[in-house]
Formats: sequence, C-alpha cells, structure tokens
Amino acid sequence: MTILFYLASAIAIISTLCVILQTNIVHALIYLILSLLAVAVIFYVLGAPFAAVLEAIVYAGAIMVLFLFVIMMLNMGQHTRDQEKSWLSARGWIAPGVMAGLLLVQLLSVFAQIDQDLSGQRIDVMAVSGLLFGPYVLAVELASILLLAGLVSAYHLAKK
Amino acid sequence: MSPIPFEHGLIVAGILFCLGIVGVLTRRNIVFVLMSLEVMLNACGLAFIVGAARWGNADGQVMFLMILTLAAAEVAVGLGLIIQIYRRFHTVDINVLSQMKG
Repeated sequence: MTILFYLASAIAIISTLCVILQTNIVHALIYLILSLLAVAVIFYVLGAPFAAVLEAIVYAGAIMVLFLFVIMMLNMGQHTRDQEKSWLSARGWIAPGVMAGLLLVQLLSVFAQIDQDLSGQRIDVMAVSGLLFGPYVLAVELASILLLAGLVSAYHLAKK
Repeated sequence: MSPIPFEHGLIVAGILFCLGIVGVLTRRNIVFVLMSLEVMLNACGLAFIVGAARWGNADGQVMFLMILTLAAAEVAVGLGLIIQIYRRFHTVDINVLSQMKG
C-alpha cells in the first residue's frame, strides 16, 4: 500500500505538470483526468474509499465531461495549438515559477518539522454519512442551494 | 507495511497546489486557467483527506464533499461565462478580456 501511495503521487504530479505544459487542450484534459484518477487512488490508500469513488465519478467523470463539451462547442482542436505555442513564451514562466517555487519551499520547510505517521485507519461510508446527516445537515442543505444557484446561473449565462 | 508519514501526504498536496498556481499565472487561454483552478481545489481536498487520515475521523471527508460541490458549481458558472465570452469576443485570450470597460 505504501508503494501504491508513492506511485500514485508520482503519477499525479507528473500528469499535472503535463497539464500546465501542454499546448493541445484535449491532451491537457486527458492528463488532468489521469491526475484526478491518481488522486482517487491516493484517497483509497489513505483509507477514504467513499471520497475516492466520488473523486472518480464527480471530478474525473462529470466535471471533465463538462470541460470536454465546452472544448467541443468552442471548436478548440488542432488549430489552436500554434496559437497556444505562441502564447507560451519562456519569459512568462520566470516570475510565476519563482513565486510558486518560493511558496513551495515555505510549505516544505513547515511540513519538514512534522514527524507523525498516518493512522491508516479506514473511514467507511457509514461514518461519513452519519456526520453528513447529523451535525453537518445544514452544510448539506447549503451545498444543495449552492448547486441550484450554480445551475440557474449557468443556464442564464450560457443562453444566447 | 510501514505507515505513510503524515508530511508526505501534505507535501504531495502542496506540490499539486503550486503547480496549479503556476498554471493560473502563466496560461493565457481561459479554459486552461479554469483547469488549473480545478487542480488547486483538488489539492485542497487532498490536504483535507490527509488530515482525516491522520486523526482517523470523518470530518475531513465531509469537508472534501463540500469542496467537491464548490468545484462543480464553480465549473458550471465558469464554463457558462467562457461560452458567453467566446460568443462576444471570439477569443479565449484573457489579455484581450482585460481591456473590457466597466
């Protein structure tokens, strides 16, 4: 299981790197799906099978299909590749790379002081749903209102 | 089977988050920016799941579900905006959109 964690982490990081470096948008989307599925494997290894299943169904399934529909609607296939290449200059990478690198160094220096192990204990659906329909029931209701608002506004925005 | 160190899970989440930030800052195509935002939200969810695995309680997973809902709503609204922007300006370049008035 430990090896699976590091393997899935490596796949997630490498495919995310491919997402931000890719010029072909459909390939970038496929790499993003790969990254999300690798994160789902990490969730399973960490003892969260319910979150892993939701990650695969909702993120890698539903949200990525939405992206695919929009890419198809905007007809951003092969011919936008040259445009993307011209937009990606080496000079534009320096400042964001340095800033994100500094942030990463800070995060790593904070995390390096932690010396604890994960419990590896499985948290199944029963415990999560007990919380969802117990103390967090108001948050679930608010989430449903958020989704309804998202639905209405997306319909209104995309209308001709 | 040796247990996974807590900090390694957090480091993976941190690296994914920083990659998402680089994507948001460097790309000019608005669809790529939205995809990088998804990567960042996903990294936040990963950090919550790692926390839940460390202390062995389910609250972190509940928080992950909330992030999932937020990501779904955000993508729906964002893609609707992208479609409308493409109809009006016939481009997905955010540098052109920064010249909007009002």
